[in-house]
Amino acid sequence: MNLKQDILKAIEKDARVDAGELAIRLGTTEAEVIKAMADMENEGIICGYHTLIDWDKTSVEKVSALIEVRVTPQRGQGFDNIAERIYSYPEVTSVYLISGGFDLLVTLEGKTIREISQFVYEKLATMETVLSTATHFILKKYKEHGTIMETAAEDAREKVSF
Amino acid sequence: MKDLLSNVVVDIRPSGIRKFFDIVAEMNDPEVISLGVGEPDFDTPWHIRDEGIYSLEKGRTFYTSNSGLMELRREIDRYLSRKFGLTYDPAHEILITVGGSEAIDIGLRALINPGDEVIIPQPCYVSYEPCAVLAGARPVIINLKAENEFRLTAEELEEAITDRTKLLILPFPNNPTGAIMERSDLEAIAKVIEKHDIYVMSDEIYAELTYKGSHVSIAQIPGMKERTLLINGFSKAYAMTGWRMGYVCGPAEIITQMTKIHQFAIMCAPTTSQYAALEALKNGDDDVAEMRDAYNQRRRYLLHEFAEVGMDCFEPFGAFYMFPSIQKFGMSSDEFAERLLIEQKLAVVPGTAFGDSGEGFIRISYAYSIDNLKKAMGRIRTFVDSL
Repeated sequence: MNLKQDILKAIEKDARVDAGELAIRLGTTEAEVIKAMADMENEGIICGYHTLIDWDKTSVEKVSALIEVRVTPQRGQGFDNIAERIYSYPEVTSVYLISGGFDLLVTLEGKTIREISQFVYEKLATMETVLSTATHFILKKYKEHGTIMETAAEDAREKVSF
Repeated sequence: MKDLLSNVVVDIRPSGIRKFFDIVAEMNDPEVISLGVGEPDFDTPWHIRDEGIYSLEKGRTFYTSNSGLMELRREIDRYLSRKFGLTYDPAHEILITVGGSEAIDIGLRALINPGDEVIIPQPCYVSYEPCAVLAGARPVIINLKAENEFRLTAEELEEAITDRTKLLILPFPNNPTGAIMERSDLEAIAKVIEKHDIYVMSDEIYAELTYKGSHVSIAQIPGMKERTLLINGFSKAYAMTGWRMGYVCGPAEIITQMTKIHQFAIMCAPTTSQYAALEALKNGDDDVAEMRDAYNQRRRYLLHEFAEVGMDCFEPFGAFYMFPSIQKFGMSSDEFAERLLIEQKLAVVPGTAFGDSGEGFIRISYAYSIDNLKKAMGRIRTFVDSL
């Protein structure tokens, strides 16, 4: 395994890890880690350092939805143009081109169900190349970004053993 | 009234650190954190657990053959072949046991005649000596040395051998020291083993957790396979301690006799666990690699931290233990561990739990998250600074 891949695996789980500590864990120097990370930021491999938040545990009201979108691809541009028109809305949190029964999978975050509904019927469904949409509201997030949202279980092992 | 109890059993001294374990248990303080366990912190990978559950759903709740599922024995042969280039006949040379522990016990019972000597290099896992005694052997202890990084040397072995020597127990990668034996180390002792015509019980339960090259089994050294019982299992590599799944491979002549004991004492290893183990061997290589990688990062981190704190520790290349020296603090291992527990609420295991030669050392397990290790090292630092 090369250093860059090892760093990516580590920071994918914990973006806040200290470069010096990571260097010790990977058997290299802090300078090497800092350089590799800077390189990967410049190359667009590392696209950001975000925080995984379980908003359900706060008093903030948030609703999220998955929307299946069927579109007509455009000559010379395929799906890129329509994808860009959709992802440019800040409330859209992700857009994927999907194989199978529909084309784009859009995830959306809003304050209320009405806000999301409005976005779908006013903005999304009325786009020229959009053929149909199907909106799925998310009821509960069990696991996101490889992390189970429930509080971690306690260490069930004995305190000492051979 | 006649004697109630077996003298042999009564004479086996209870593990020296029972007292220390009791103190830990009695403290029952949520503030106590531990670097004291001898098992992985990871859960058994889900696909393996799922296969165990599926086998129950399908009603696979009967005994298997005494030796274990043939399919599993075949898969073990394939595994040993792709990892170490070793081949064993699944029909006659592989036995599925209840953990590596059972293999140690019945291997000794199948080999020992009264008065035979069994060489046990210490510090080591706690069960070899009592099992040897129960089998009627006379244990001969080799005290391994820190200056050899707790490896067994040909000279040490040569010195311990007598006319009565039957068997050498070879516990590497080692619990508690983390020591490994590299190919050249094994070649050196193989000459002595062959010269004196003795047998080897090689406990390689930590084989997958090797951080310097790949593990070499003594059975790979020419002339050794035919005189070696190779013990391995699923507990450490696949984080499957509670499933109790181990196996032993060796010459058909020995495995046949071991199977006899196993058949009468155990019947067969748990069926559910055997199906889970099959899945582990078929599709678990990536899980092992990922866990090994995590252990290795923690190992490097601790090695660095011990150097910072000013505690001497040789670099261990196996298992998930460090064995730092505490000699410079002028305390016994027991005293150090007890004070660390009471003053800083950190549980570690005194080296003496693993033999007299563990005096002056403590066993640190890194089967814990980095966060836990950080917190624990903070307490060690505070403790050491207070001395």
